[in-house]
Amino acid sequence: MVSIQGKSLLGLQGVPKEEIELVLRVARKMKEVVNSDNKKLHLLQGKSIVNMFWEPSTRTRGSFEMAAKYLDADVINFTPSGSSIQKGESFRDTLLTVTAMGVDAIVMRHKQEGSPLYASKCVSPVIINGGDGTHEHPTQALLDLFTIQEVKGHIDGLKVVIVGDIDHGRVARSNIYGLKTMGADVHLVGPRTLLQPELAAMGVTVHYDLDEALKDADVVNVLRIQRERQGVGFFPGPGEYNTFFGVNQKRLKNAKKDVLIMHPGPMNRGIEIDTDTCYWTQSSIQEQVKNGVSVRMAVLYLTIMGGDDVDITR
Amino acid sequence: MTLLVKGGRVVNPAVNQDEICDILVENGKIKAIGKNLPADGAEVYDASGLVVAPGFIDMHVHLRQPGQSAKETVITGTQAAAAGGITRVATMPNTNPVIDKAILVEGMKYKAEHEGVVKVEVIGAISKGLEGKELSAMGGMAKAGVVAFSDDGRFVEDSDFMRKAMEYASMFHKIIIDHCEETSLVAGGQMHEGVVSAELGLKGRPAAAEDIAVARDIILSEITDTPVHIAHISTKHAVDMVRRAKARGLKITAEATPQHMILTDEALRTYDPRFKVNPPLRSEEHRSAVVEGLKDGTIDAIVTDHAPHTWDEKDQEFSLAPSGFVGLETSVGAVLTHLYHTGAVDLMTIIRAMSTAPARLLGVDAGVIAEGKDADLTIIDLDKEWTVDASSFYSKGKSSPFDEMIFTGKAVATVVDGEFVMKDGVVLK
Repeated sequence: MVSIQGKSLLGLQGVPKEEIELVLRVARKMKEVVNSDNKKLHLLQGKSIVNMFWEPSTRTRGSFEMAAKYLDADVINFTPSGSSIQKGESFRDTLLTVTAMGVDAIVMRHKQEGSPLYASKCVSPVIINGGDGTHEHPTQALLDLFTIQEVKGHIDGLKVVIVGDIDHGRVARSNIYGLKTMGADVHLVGPRTLLQPELAAMGVTVHYDLDEALKDADVVNVLRIQRERQGVGFFPGPGEYNTFFGVNQKRLKNAKKDVLIMHPGPMNRGIEIDTDTCYWTQSSIQEQVKNGVSVRMAVLYLTIMGGDDVDITR
Repeated sequence: MTLLVKGGRVVNPAVNQDEICDILVENGKIKAIGKNLPADGAEVYDASGLVVAPGFIDMHVHLRQPGQSAKETVITGTQAAAAGGITRVATMPNTNPVIDKAILVEGMKYKAEHEGVVKVEVIGAISKGLEGKELSAMGGMAKAGVVAFSDDGRFVEDSDFMRKAMEYASMFHKIIIDHCEETSLVAGGQMHEGVVSAELGLKGRPAAAEDIAVARDIILSEITDTPVHIAHISTKHAVDMVRRAKARGLKITAEATPQHMILTDEALRTYDPRFKVNPPLRSEEHRSAVVEGLKDGTIDAIVTDHAPHTWDEKDQEFSLAPSGFVGLETSVGAVLTHLYHTGAVDLMTIIRAMSTAPARLLGVDAGVIAEGKDADLTIIDLDKEWTVDASSFYSKGKSSPFDEMIFTGKAVATVVDGEFVMKDGVVLK
């Protein structure tokens, strides 16, 4: 029996296929709940979860909070502005304080890469990484895998192209690990300044020509371009970025007819993705958000309660 | 008082000596070296089965005084040196205040004289406040007895300023030691740039930053005819450039640390700040090139870059933790285990790089076992197995990349001016 009870989700690096499949399987059931009239399950009644977000986030934090509430956990949000972090308390001491309140899981987003791993060594509650700097964002990748599997029926053998700022992209790294584990053929494409060739060592194909990368693609995952990168040597500006790396209908002619378009949001429409493509019938961008809640319900339930399935009958 | 170090294997690179003999010490000086010397009432130390070397000198150490005594002090730093078999250290000026004028050098020398367990040399700053803009009072500091000039921790960015600093320093016959990492290329960098940094999502400090800095310094050394010493060299191109500069007869020398010759960036995979250092631990091709450089004489000295920080400073998220870690208590064990016992580098070369060569570079009368010289000795058991326990270090810094490693080879006694300052790992002062 596969179980991830008590296991922190720090990233998808090294997470075995059976564990990913378990999350996806349970997430499918959670989605039935999310799609139903009464979204409340009592599976995490009496459990408490703290969202510690050292970096601003609306979607991920909201998605985790919603997931926890649908499962009837008590959840509090802990942000630097409303806490003792600003009084100079160390990261370790903050974690110890929160743990002393008796929490079962800590969902954290932190600017510093590797900080969830550090947290998992400091304290005993399950640590769920909600994004650490430019390293990993495992629940985003799990929801991307869930979406691909839902639409395509499988993941193995698919050509998945990730477009954009890969170097600074935590979504990209987690996706690479998850997709590779599930047997996909992963391709990366972006400007040379935002995509280092060293990433090929992760077992992926690196491209600097979007048309070449999109050839026969089954899935195209478009990443957000961060505006603070422009004009400081990474790329000249949004116009030129769109010309060379913007995903649009014309470019997608190279891809497979049933290509699936994804974007983790928030989008810069007209820069990394054109309006004709993000609202296209083959785009799953809104569905990804819904799937995010289902997947996070699965992750919270499985890491806190364990088991290799879930009973959603009420 | 007299001491007879009896029956040890004397390895004395300055005269290419490697033989079993006795050393007689009187009043802090070496009185005689020879076979079967009579004790004549002297305290006898049985060194049979042990190596007796000229006192080791670590020319790149941060004692952190003045101003940073939470990290280290002259007392704890020199105790750590004694524990590690080091008889003399040269301390870097990136303190608070920066050691950039004579009075501060005099203060440090006074403190070292009264509190130091081993000998302490002082390195003066190249620029006032390490700001890389105005020359420090080099002449005054030279008169006060500094052994070198360095803005260590920072690269001297402005090439015109560095040229003038070299020209000015050359009048006082002191070497310039530069921390070679071109500033713009390493801004925000957390570790060596390569496959590992790409996977970890950490901004890299490319080898190219060191290569560019070393190339510039070699060129400036040539046009100013000033001796320049490359601190903690860590890249294959830098080693090769130094090799070629030496072949051309330029006044370029270099040092390397145990960490850069033993560890690689693979160690960073757990985001553990105890492996965080500048220049960063690099990939295997660089590591092995540095060892080659030591072997063929391109690299003159082995140094630790002993850089203690408090536990709280190192116990942070990786990117927020400061760079640097301690090394005085592990250098001999690390080097013997990973360079000598592996057959990579011979004992004479290692001992030369830890005694004779740094003495020559700093211009101090040491690094040789000879009649009339100060009786500074490092006594080593090549085969002693021991486990590194950073929590038991004499240094205030408890962060070591070698923590919990098993080493073969250890300094078992440290003699300074004819007196034992360490025996069997216990510091006696």
